[in-house]
Amino acid sequence: MKSDRALVAHLMRRAGFGATPAELDSLSSEKTYDEIVDDLVNPDRFEPIDMSHVERYYGGEPVAVHVGKWLYRMANTSRPLEEKMSLFLHHIFPVAWGKSEHGPSLYSEIEMFRKVGLGSFRDILRALSRDPAMIFWLDNNENHKDEINENYGRELLELFSMGVGNYTEDDIKNASRAFTGWTFRQPLSLYPYGHHAADFEFLPNDHDYGEKEFLGEKGNFDGDEIIDIIVKQPATARFISRHLYNFFVEDEVQVPSWETVPPKNPEAVEELTTAYMESQGNIGVVLKTLFSSQFFRKAANKPKVKSPAELIVGVIRQTGEFSQPKPGIHEFAVTTLNGSPFEGPLAIMGQRLMNPPTVEGWHTGFEWIDSGTLSERVGFVEQQFADPSKPGVSAMLKKAGSLDGDPDQLVDRCLDLLGGINVRDETRASLVKYASNLKNEKSEVGVHNLIQMTAATVDYQFA
Amino acid sequence: MTTKNSEKTLVVVQLTGGNDFMNTIVPYTNSHYYDARKKIVLGQDDFLPINDTLAINKNAAPFKRMFDEGNMAIIQGIGYPNSNRSHFRGMDIWHTCEPDKVGSEGWLGLAVREIDTRGENVLTGVNIGQGLPRAMAVAGVPVTSISDLEGYGVMKRLEQEQLRDKALQAFKDIYGQAIGSGVVAEYIGKTGLDVLRGADMLSEVAENYNSTVEYADNSIAKSLRDVARIHLSGLGTRIFYTNHGGYDTHANEMPAHPKLISDLSGAISDFIDDLEEHEAADDVAILVFTEFGRRMRDNGSGTDHGSGGGAFLFGKNVKGGLYSDYPSLDPANWEHSEDLQHTIDFRGIYGTVLQQWLEIEAKPIVKGDFEQISPFYL
Repeated sequence: MKSDRALVAHLMRRAGFGATPAELDSLSSEKTYDEIVDDLVNPDRFEPIDMSHVERYYGGEPVAVHVGKWLYRMANTSRPLEEKMSLFLHHIFPVAWGKSEHGPSLYSEIEMFRKVGLGSFRDILRALSRDPAMIFWLDNNENHKDEINENYGRELLELFSMGVGNYTEDDIKNASRAFTGWTFRQPLSLYPYGHHAADFEFLPNDHDYGEKEFLGEKGNFDGDEIIDIIVKQPATARFISRHLYNFFVEDEVQVPSWETVPPKNPEAVEELTTAYMESQGNIGVVLKTLFSSQFFRKAANKPKVKSPAELIVGVIRQTGEFSQPKPGIHEFAVTTLNGSPFEGPLAIMGQRLMNPPTVEGWHTGFEWIDSGTLSERVGFVEQQFADPSKPGVSAMLKKAGSLDGDPDQLVDRCLDLLGGINVRDETRASLVKYASNLKNEKSEVGVHNLIQMTAATVDYQFA
Repeated sequence: MTTKNSEKTLVVVQLTGGNDFMNTIVPYTNSHYYDARKKIVLGQDDFLPINDTLAINKNAAPFKRMFDEGNMAIIQGIGYPNSNRSHFRGMDIWHTCEPDKVGSEGWLGLAVREIDTRGENVLTGVNIGQGLPRAMAVAGVPVTSISDLEGYGVMKRLEQEQLRDKALQAFKDIYGQAIGSGVVAEYIGKTGLDVLRGADMLSEVAENYNSTVEYADNSIAKSLRDVARIHLSGLGTRIFYTNHGGYDTHANEMPAHPKLISDLSGAISDFIDDLEEHEAADDVAILVFTEFGRRMRDNGSGTDHGSGGGAFLFGKNVKGGLYSDYPSLDPANWEHSEDLQHTIDFRGIYGTVLQQWLEIEAKPIVKGDFEQISPFYL
């Protein structure tokens, strides 16, 4: 073993969507922990998914189809951190279908996140500010030379980079002026041309070329120069570092409280902030620091509630149902009942991907859970693992062994088969008791129930 | 089986997508209606007049009967200032009574907390449908959300009783032990136990229910039948919530809308008949609302998002009739030159049902004083 299997399992749950036992075997025997981290932050070392093949199965206009394609990529990518970062950026730069009702642009935005997510924060904000879905969502197409619309300028500072309390209302106005004329070309109409995203367009005649004062600097700034100033601010470094800590390490309080509530682990956020400042905001470097840190290695027991997307993709990976493209993956987003669209498990659990409730995104952490969403989480895993003909389930049943042996070992095998999950001692003891109780049942049925129960535990709700 | 629930119960039905109020309660003598609606318009044979100016869409014939019997209150022109045309933001506002900021506490969740201050009954508030609506969600207030009554709970797919019992015991062990193991695990543990408690109380519901009323086979009828079944079991539920989707009729409105209001009116009528059969109709009021009305002018095959919608109250103790004023159809009075103006604030209607029906102080929940109506015999 070159690396600790449990630690690698923790890493792959946080930096990706969990690993199968086979993946854990090969990773931990072939690579050191540091090598695995290095691979994660360098996704270019691995082939991307061939989407031309996948697109044939998942065509069409509805946003659910786009969500389905994204779930497929999350489940099957060989670049897990690239997908995880696109989910992270969707959480902190949330753009909702509900305003534009234009799926292709939202899907293109996620593709943009993939390309820039592990690069410099400067490039991320540059791409974000040119993204048609974002421009429309925050009305920058209504931000004109003679008529400033502050919506994007404000959120860029408040929600996307520094957080409240680090700039003035004048800074917002001047930032907004710098983004005048940044708009998009209307996409081709949907019919009869098919599905097209919009393109960024700069209109020089609608741009304010005048002098601006922004965060104490003066110049004839355009949007890119405003971004250059934003990304070198220590406030930006701290804000993004806390976001990364919240997403990858441990649930923080909801973002609007950050101005008043200090981070759970101030030293850790400071370490990330330093990495940000020293690397001129290179997010790949910050993440490498994060995953290599002692605080991350010790965070396996820190409460980090899986988002519905994380839970569902983790389960899809384990059941193997969609390891090859086949119809129906969009049903995790929207399903059909008696011919009418019906919310799928993602929505019932509270996360309509590509359709977050507001510009503040989702409330995360324990706020994912209520009796309805929990009942759905438990019912979902029960149902997903019920069919023994799914490749992942049949493999688990084979490897788990029978009820006849030692229940302790049986439970440990089940925990391992579900991705090396980490449970509290009390949960483990309850599962062992359950396994013993099942002894006089038909072995295959009992083991199957034990696997379903393992995925239904309190502990399984945590990443 | 006639468990009488002597306490007042509120059933809230959300019409998701924005119901076309003008084609539900039709201003059939108003020339502005015919001027604005070229295609999405009802003909002389398509409505049932209730007075000289208004008629009920014929597809909602059960509404006409309930109106004539005096059990249907029509609240005309319900809305709020600067109506938001986003479904999601619009619904949020209706759910939280917060038009100016993003609220996190649902008005009915707050009502549940007032009724059951110590959270003793997880069924005080029950949602029938998928996903807990924000209207019912308040941190720390246990409410139950049921998408399938027979399927509610955990380990329901285990067919053998013995296996299911063992699984439930294990689930209880695991979730019970989470108490005292850290705030978040404890919260999840408690919620899991709430699911078990709710499922346990609900387990007899299907068996106990017996009725001659035959509900139609559609989603809202099924949901209201579930409400009836739970209510008639006398489990202490005071607030039910359910939603009827599909009202976002930008296109294809003429075939879609009639079916929706036909399903809706039939389901409500059957629901009240069912309660009457069990002598339980006196203490139930039904509030039907939608996030906005639709645009004055049609777009050729449907109508876009607008404002100035309508809400309805039904029940044996509801004083039937017309409340507030029908929004002016005169183009001179349109908002943004295309929308009906609201004539009464929805928070006043919430206040009415909270204060006068559930006997809860409305002001802290709807966040202000808003004009109420008097639609109940009390």
